[in-house]
Order: sequence, then structure tokens, then C-alpha cells
Amino acid sequence: MSGTFVGMPAFPPPDPPAFPRAARDAVRDTTLRENLRHATHTIRDKRAKAVAELADWQQLREAGKRIKDHTLRHLDQYLVQLEESVTTAGGTVHWAADADEANRIVADLIRATGETEVVKVKSMATQEIGLNEALAAEGIRAYETDLAELIVQLGDDRPSHILVPAIHRNRVEIRDIFLDRMGSWGRPAPDGLTDTPADLAEAARLHLREKFLRAKVGVSGANFMVADTGTLVVFESEGNGRMCLTLPETLISVVGIEKVIPTWQDLEVFLQTLPRSSTAERMNPYTSMWTGPADGDGPQDFHLVLLDNGRTDALADEVGRQALRCIRCSACLNVCPVYERAGGHAYGSVYPGPIGAILTPQLRGTTSEIDASLPYASSLCGACYEVCPVAIDIPEVLVHLREKVAGQGGPGHRLEKAAMKAAGWAMDHPRVMAAGERAAARTRALHPKRPPGATAWTDSRDLPAFPEKPFRDWWKKNRS
Amino acid sequence: MSSRDRILARVRAAVAGAPAAPTPSRDYLASHTPNDPAAVLDLLHENLADYRAIVHRADPAGVGPLVARLLAAHGSANVLAPTGLPPQWLASATPVRVPDNPQSTAAELDGVASVVTGCALAIAETGTIVLDGGPAQGRRRITLVPDHHICVVRAPEQVVASVPQAMSRLDPTRPLTWISGPSATSDIELDRVEGVHGPRTLEVILLSE
Repeated sequence: MSGTFVGMPAFPPPDPPAFPRAARDAVRDTTLRENLRHATHTIRDKRAKAVAELADWQQLREAGKRIKDHTLRHLDQYLVQLEESVTTAGGTVHWAADADEANRIVADLIRATGETEVVKVKSMATQEIGLNEALAAEGIRAYETDLAELIVQLGDDRPSHILVPAIHRNRVEIRDIFLDRMGSWGRPAPDGLTDTPADLAEAARLHLREKFLRAKVGVSGANFMVADTGTLVVFESEGNGRMCLTLPETLISVVGIEKVIPTWQDLEVFLQTLPRSSTAERMNPYTSMWTGPADGDGPQDFHLVLLDNGRTDALADEVGRQALRCIRCSACLNVCPVYERAGGHAYGSVYPGPIGAILTPQLRGTTSEIDASLPYASSLCGACYEVCPVAIDIPEVLVHLREKVAGQGGPGHRLEKAAMKAAGWAMDHPRVMAAGERAAARTRALHPKRPPGATAWTDSRDLPAFPEKPFRDWWKKNRS
Repeated sequence: MSSRDRILARVRAAVAGAPAAPTPSRDYLASHTPNDPAAVLDLLHENLADYRAIVHRADPAGVGPLVARLLAAHGSANVLAPTGLPPQWLASATPVRVPDNPQSTAAELDGVASVVTGCALAIAETGTIVLDGGPAQGRRRITLVPDHHICVVRAPEQVVASVPQAMSRLDPTRPLTWISGPSATSDIELDRVEGVHGPRTLEVILLSE
């Protein structure tokens, strides 16, 4: 990688391997699994406590679901209203049908300022469209300022989690990245940098502050856009978001069209559910809300780029459109047994985990190998639905997308269909089933560790051992 | 056809024939806390402290000396305050007073040790203070760049129990900053570290009048 590289690697990388192959490699990385397990278990336990504090959680969840469904049903109306409100407040609204158009709009806006560098607030939408790479091609450096995004950017790496993108890195790896790379991006890491998180955060503070203080252009996404007031909202913790939203003269926000909500009052639902679902806090340390450029306070030039990029395709799918309710809290990642083992990179998408498995194939279609494999990246255990603060029935959408993919044909899916058909027949014929179980138990010593053929699944997993005695026999002996 | 028209047309085609969406429900609670100002103030105190803000209590006579003591303890050589700050809050403070000058650059602001402000309101259930750029608060950047923020909350009139109660009192046309504890990150192995880019120390004075 040359020293002039200023973006993150293309995402998805050219020809990403399908999920099963990527997951197989990931589960063999024991450091990665250790980092992930620790992180997901910590957040999921804290989240459960934060949610339990609110006696009306189910009502808030239902309210959030309905607000989003109602908005999606009348999305045209609310987008037009939002455009009017933002324009009245002094902002400028742009519409981008796809990633290329959004990138071109942002690059043109930056070029018009005469600047060649911008500071960025962590944003899934700009990752989705590959904005950093597009700007780099135009000679514009985009600096990621969220600590985790900085770690990812300096390490020529890719994010692996929606909320904590560098969750796959431990402190020793992060120190090494800082020592190795900070100098070629600006202020070098201090000599004798230790691997304590406080020291690492301090190094990031010093490195980024010089960028904040000179930045003339900020680029952000938004968690919510309020149609009736034209207000945009960003939730964050570190203050890097406030820096990017406050100090530059020009602010450009790239936001998916599904992020609009109808009214100011609707925000009160998500201000309660988003922090508790994502960081497991009663409230995240900082939330910024702005309605156009405020006189003498913050950027005096504000641009909103409304992004489609496949969202209207998802909206057209009766079952799948519920994925557009997503508020990007990442609770579903932290409870998912598949994500916990495979890690975020295996999904080949900026949206990993259960939500990525339903959102990405809808945004990008299912023609590529990776996108066709994503609906299978799940055990359908349902934990993701239980924790979702807007009640997206992820298993329902997964099954729906599997049907679609299976309809396309392909070798993996034929194999799966054949296996399911055989299992279904055996279960319908109890004597066959019982005989099979007894035969399996008696021949335990002869069983291979993996079945022949179905390597995609079993390369990264061991088969469970057959019990010594079939369950039916055990039941007969002990209960009858 | 412009992209605007194309996107809107795609949206309309996508939802054509979709069943009517349910009306949003509002049967969640307006507050999770009994309506008792003293208990609400105690809850605010507890939740602010839980997220590592340093909380103090004062009465009108005590607030000036308390601010002076906090600035001295922090070793601040200078202090910035917005023009509308009640003068008595800084009356006993000895550090050099930096005027809140709209022309000052972010780099100049970086040389300021402490900032003292009021707030628009505070939310007990979440331990949050909300700033809206009012006269005692100033522009957003003055509470962002300096490393030490002292924020005075007038109780009971600026204290609400819950987020829904806060929303109905805030003006969305103002630039709003919600602050819950000092700047923090959990990005490294989920170890929480206070202080990254925003003020590393947040002190809140609950002023009972």
C-alpha cells in the first residue's frame, strides 16, 4: 500500500468471497473470535440491564415500529416536507439516486469550497457509497475522526461492526497501528505509547485535534431527519461528531431516505430506544441537533444529500421493506451466534450481522455470490428479532430472501433443498426415523468428523457427536 | 427526469397498493419518575454522577464561591463565559476572563482552560443537560473545545424528569447539544475512557433557588 493512499479499501473488496468461505477463514482466527466474544457478550449483558430500566419498553418498541412503518408508507410525502423544511431553514437539499451520483455531488460541493481535505463523522451511508475512495480519486483527503474509524482507516482495514467498527482489534494491535501509521497521516503517535485505552485515546485526541482546528469542511450522516422541522440529529460519544458539525464553515450530510421521521415529537421515542439498544447507556454522551445553518453558530453553509442507492428497491418488497425501519443500533449483531463466530468482515458489506444479511442483499440485489449467500448467514434462532428496538422480524425476511435466492438456482442451494427434502421425508416416517437413529448410535465410532459434500457449512464447524443411545430409546427406558 | 423526480416516482411505485400503515401509538410513559421535584433532582444528581460528571449542589449565595473554588482546583489560568451568564456566578473567580468573541478562531479557543455556562434544561432519567445556545450558554463551540466545562442547572425550573418532557419544552429551530457525562469512548476493547475530543471534565452545579 503506498503512502498516498487516503481512503479505506474498497468495500466490498473486489470479488469478495461468499459468506461461508469468508466465515470459515474468520472462525479460524482465534484472536478475532476472542475479541468478538468478549465484546458482544459485554454489550449484550449491559443492554439487557439498560432496557430493563424502562417499564414501557415494549410500548416504545411498538411506537418506534409504527412511526417507521407509517413514514415508509408515505415516504414521498415526508421527503418533500423535509426538503421544504430544510430549505426554509437555509439549507440546500440534493437528491442522489445511487452511490456515484451522491459521490459526485459531495465532491463538487467540496471542490466549490476550494478545500482538499475534509473531516468526517462516522457514517454508514458514506461507507456504503465508498465516499472516501471517490474523494481520494478527486484529490480530496477524507479524515475519519471517530476513534474506531481512525483505527480502521490507519490500518488499511475495513469496519467489522456498526457501532464499534474496530471491535476485531485488541489494544496491542491498535498501539502498533498508531505507532506505525499516524505519522504518515499527520501528527505522529507519542514516543513510548503504551497499549492502555486511555493512552491510545489521548494519542487520537492529539492527532485529530490539529485536523479539527483547521477543518473548513465537515461531512456527516445523520441518525434521524425530522420532516416537520427540518432538524437533523447525530448521536455520538467522543465529541468528534460535535467537532465536525460545529467548527467547519461548510457541512455536507449524506443521509439515506429512510432516516426521515415525521415529527419532532417522534424523536422522543428513538432518543429513549437507540442509546439503550446500541451502547447500553441511558443516553449517549453527545447528541447534536441542527435545523439549517444557525446564525453565527456552526457551519454557515449546509447541504443535505438524500440517498436512495437501492432503498426504493427494498421498499418495493412487501416482506423485506421492514429492514428500512433499522436505526443502526447494532443490538442484533451482539446477540447473533453466527456474527459472534464469523465476525463482521465475513459479510462483505458495511452492514454486517443479521441486519446486514437482510439489508445488503436488498440494497445490492442477489446476483453476486456474496449477496446470494447472505440470507443463509443465520441460524434463524430469532434472538435478533427479540432485541430489535423497532421489531424488525429479521428471520422472516431471511427466509423470504432465501426463497428468492433459491428460485435463482445455483449448486449450493440445490444441495440444501435436497437435504431438507430428505429430512422432511424421514420425519414424516417415524419407523424410518427410529431405525436411522439406532443405526447412527451404534456406529458412532465410524462417523466422519464431517459429512462428505457439504463443505461450505462444515469446514468451519465440527459435527455434533451422536449420542450413545437414541433419544426415543432413552425416553422409553426412563419415562415409561 | 431529475433524480428527485426519479426517487419520488420509485417511492410511489414501491408503496402503491400497500395497506394503510397503522397510526403511530403514544401509549408509552411520559415519565418513569414520580412527580416530586426533590426526588427528580436527586435522580438527576445520581445519573449525572453515574456517567462520570462531577456533581455539586449550591444555593444562590454559594454558587459564586463554588465556581471560583472549582476553577482554582482545576488550575485554570483563564475562563470563558458567554455574555448572558449571570455576573454573580463568576464574581469570585480569579482566572483571566476571556470574552466570548464571535471572531475568535477555534485555535484561540483551544487555549482556553475552562468554560462556565448555564443550560436550557436537564433530564433526570438520563442524566442529560441540554444546551440551546441561549444567552447564558453561548455558541456550541465554546462548550466543545475547552477541556473543562462547568454547567449550572437551576432547580427546579430547569429540571425535567424524562425525555418526552424535555422534547415539549425545547425549540427545534435552535442548535441543540445534549450532553450526558463527559466525552467518552468505548472503542478499544469496550473499556470506557472518559475524554477524547470534547471536554474531559464535566462539572454540574445543581443550583437550588
